[in-house]
Amino acid sequence: MNEKIESRKPPVATTGIIGWLRINLFFNWTNSLITIFVIYCLYQFVPWILDWTVFSADFKYNYLGQQITNQEMCSRNLDPENGGACWAVIYVRFYQFIYGFYPREEVWRVNISYVMLAIALLPLLITKLPYRKIFLNFTYVFPIIAYFLLNGGFGLPDISTNKWGGLLVTLVLGCTGIALAFPIGVLLALGRRSKLPVISMMCVLFIEFIRGVPLITLLFFGMVMLPLFLPEGIDMDGLVRVLVAVTLFQSAYMAEVIRGGLQAIPTGQYEAARSLGMSYWRMNFQIILPQAIRISIPPIVNTSIGLFKDTTLVIIVGLLDLLGIGRGTLADTNWLGLSYEIYFFVSLVFFIFTFGMSRYSLYLEKKLKTGINMGAD
Amino acid sequence: MSEDSIISLKNVNKWFGDFHVLQDVNLEVKKKERIVVCGPSGSGKSTMIRCINRLEEHQEGSIVVDGIELTGNLKNIDNVRKEVGMVFQQFNLFPHLSVKENITLAPIWVKKMPKAEAEELAMRQLEIVKIPEQANKYPGQLSGGQQQRVAIARSLAMNPNIMLFDEPTSALDPEMIKEVLDVMVDLANGGMTMIVVTHEMGFAKTVADRMVFMDEGKIVEEANPDKFFNNPESDRTKLFLSQILHQ
Repeated sequence: MNEKIESRKPPVATTGIIGWLRINLFFNWTNSLITIFVIYCLYQFVPWILDWTVFSADFKYNYLGQQITNQEMCSRNLDPENGGACWAVIYVRFYQFIYGFYPREEVWRVNISYVMLAIALLPLLITKLPYRKIFLNFTYVFPIIAYFLLNGGFGLPDISTNKWGGLLVTLVLGCTGIALAFPIGVLLALGRRSKLPVISMMCVLFIEFIRGVPLITLLFFGMVMLPLFLPEGIDMDGLVRVLVAVTLFQSAYMAEVIRGGLQAIPTGQYEAARSLGMSYWRMNFQIILPQAIRISIPPIVNTSIGLFKDTTLVIIVGLLDLLGIGRGTLADTNWLGLSYEIYFFVSLVFFIFTFGMSRYSLYLEKKLKTGINMGAD
Repeated sequence: MSEDSIISLKNVNKWFGDFHVLQDVNLEVKKKERIVVCGPSGSGKSTMIRCINRLEEHQEGSIVVDGIELTGNLKNIDNVRKEVGMVFQQFNLFPHLSVKENITLAPIWVKKMPKAEAEELAMRQLEIVKIPEQANKYPGQLSGGQQQRVAIARSLAMNPNIMLFDEPTSALDPEMIKEVLDVMVDLANGGMTMIVVTHEMGFAKTVADRMVFMDEGKIVEEANPDKFFNNPESDRTKLFLSQILHQ
C-alpha cells in the first residue's frame, strides 16, 4: 500500500487543438450540427461585411479616383452593383462628429482636454502605475481645468456651449454624469439606510421620484422648469441644465446599486468597527463602503454604460451629441441616404467606449477574485 | 457601585420586541477581575456583554463602565468603546485590509497615531498573539484560529482596560481552540479585566475569578469556580453542568 502512484497524463484526445475542438465543438452530434451551422453563417456573413466595410468601400476617393464631396459621387450610387460603404461622409464631416461647431482656431483646447482626459483615466485604469498618487491628484483637478479650457476664462475666449457638439458633448455628459453621480449616489445610499427618519425619508423620496420618471421627462424638466426655480436674471447654460438632469437621474440609480452592495455587508463588520470606537463616517469610508463598492462594481459599470448611451436622448432638447451630429448630417442634401455609414460609425464609437468600460469592470472583478490585492483606494 | 468596581450593571432590563431578553441583571466587575459567563443559548449572555459597549441598547436600569454611564450620549459611548475591546464569535476582521492594516486602522483613525508608530504597535500585538509572520496576509488567507488571534490583537492595539469575549472559540475547528485560549490565558495572567462568554469549562476553571450562570435573561448563580463546579446551589446550574460536562 506504500507504493507511490505517479499521476498520469490525461488521455491524448482531451488536450491540444484536436482535444479542444473535440470537447468544445464536436462533443456530440447536436453539438457538431450547431457548430457546422454557425460556421456556415459566418462563411456567408463575414466576407460580405468585410467587403462592404473595407474592400469595396470608398474612404476618400471613389472608384473613378475622384475626391468625394457629396453622396452622388459615392461608388455605390454611381454603380450600385459594385460599391461598398461610402466612408467619405465620415471623413468630410469628421470635425463635426468629434468637436461639433467648436471654432477651428480654438480646437486645440478640445484636443488638449481629450488628451488630459486620457491621462486622468490612467491611474484609475492601471493600479500599478508609477507615481500613481500624483496622477490621481491630477484626476481630481482635471474637471476644473477642463471646464475653463473648454468654456473659456483666464484669457481664453469664451466658447458658448451651443457650439459644442458631437463626441465632445457625449463625453462631457457621460463623464460628468458618471463622475458626479457616484459620490451623490453614495451619500443617497447611506442616507436611505440612515437611522434618522428625516434623512432616510428625504433620500427615499428623492430616489423613488427620480427613478419613477423617464430620463426624457427629466431632460425637459431641466430645460423648461429649472430656470423657473432660479432667481431672475440668472441664465443657466443649456448644457448645464441637461447635466443637472442627467446627474440627478444617474445618482438615483447609483444609490440603489450601492445600497445593494451595502446590504451584502454582514452586521459583524459594523459591530467590529463600532467596538473599535470608529465614528459613523470613519466606519463607512474605511470599512463598509470599500467592501460594498467592490461588490457592486458590475452593476455600477452597468448603469454607467446605460447612462453613457442614454446621453443620446439630449437630442430631443436640442443638443447635438454624436448621434445628433449624425442625424444632422443625414438631413444634409449632400449626404442624403448614407444612413448605413453614419449609424455604423456612431454605433462603432459608442461600442468602443462601452466595450472599454465593460472590459475595465471585468479587470476589476478579476483583481478582486484573486483576493490578494484588496488595498482600499 | 463599590470603590474598585470598573463595570457595574444595575437592574438592567432589555426587550427584543415582546421578548424580555435581560431581566433585572445586576453585575459588578472589579478591576483585573476575570469573569466567565455561561448558560444555555438564548439565555441573554451575549446580549449582556454587548450592552456593556453599547452594541445593544438597554432599556431600563443603569450600566456604568469605568465611571462613565451609558446613555444616549454619543460622546460617552465613544469614550466607553475606547476603554472596552471586544472579540466576536465570527472574528469580524475587515476582509479588504491586510492583517497589519486591520490592526493599525483604529489606532491611526481613532487615536490619531502616526502611521509608523501604529505599525510598530501592530507588530508588537502580533508578537503577543504569536503570529507576527502573518502581518502582510489578508484575513481570507488565515485559518480560523489565526483570524481570531488577529482579532484579539486588533482589540488590544487600542489599549483597552476591559476585554469582552463573545464566544471566541465557538466558530473554530477543535484543533484551533487551544491556540486562541492560550492567548486569552496569557492576557488574563497579564492582569486584563475580562468578561468571557464561553462554554470552554477547562478555560473557565483555570482563569476565572468568578463564574456567572445565566438562564432565561436572569443571572441564576454567581460563584467562584471551585464552588460553581463542585457545589452549585441552583438546580438549573446543576442540570446545565451535568449536560455540558458529561456529553
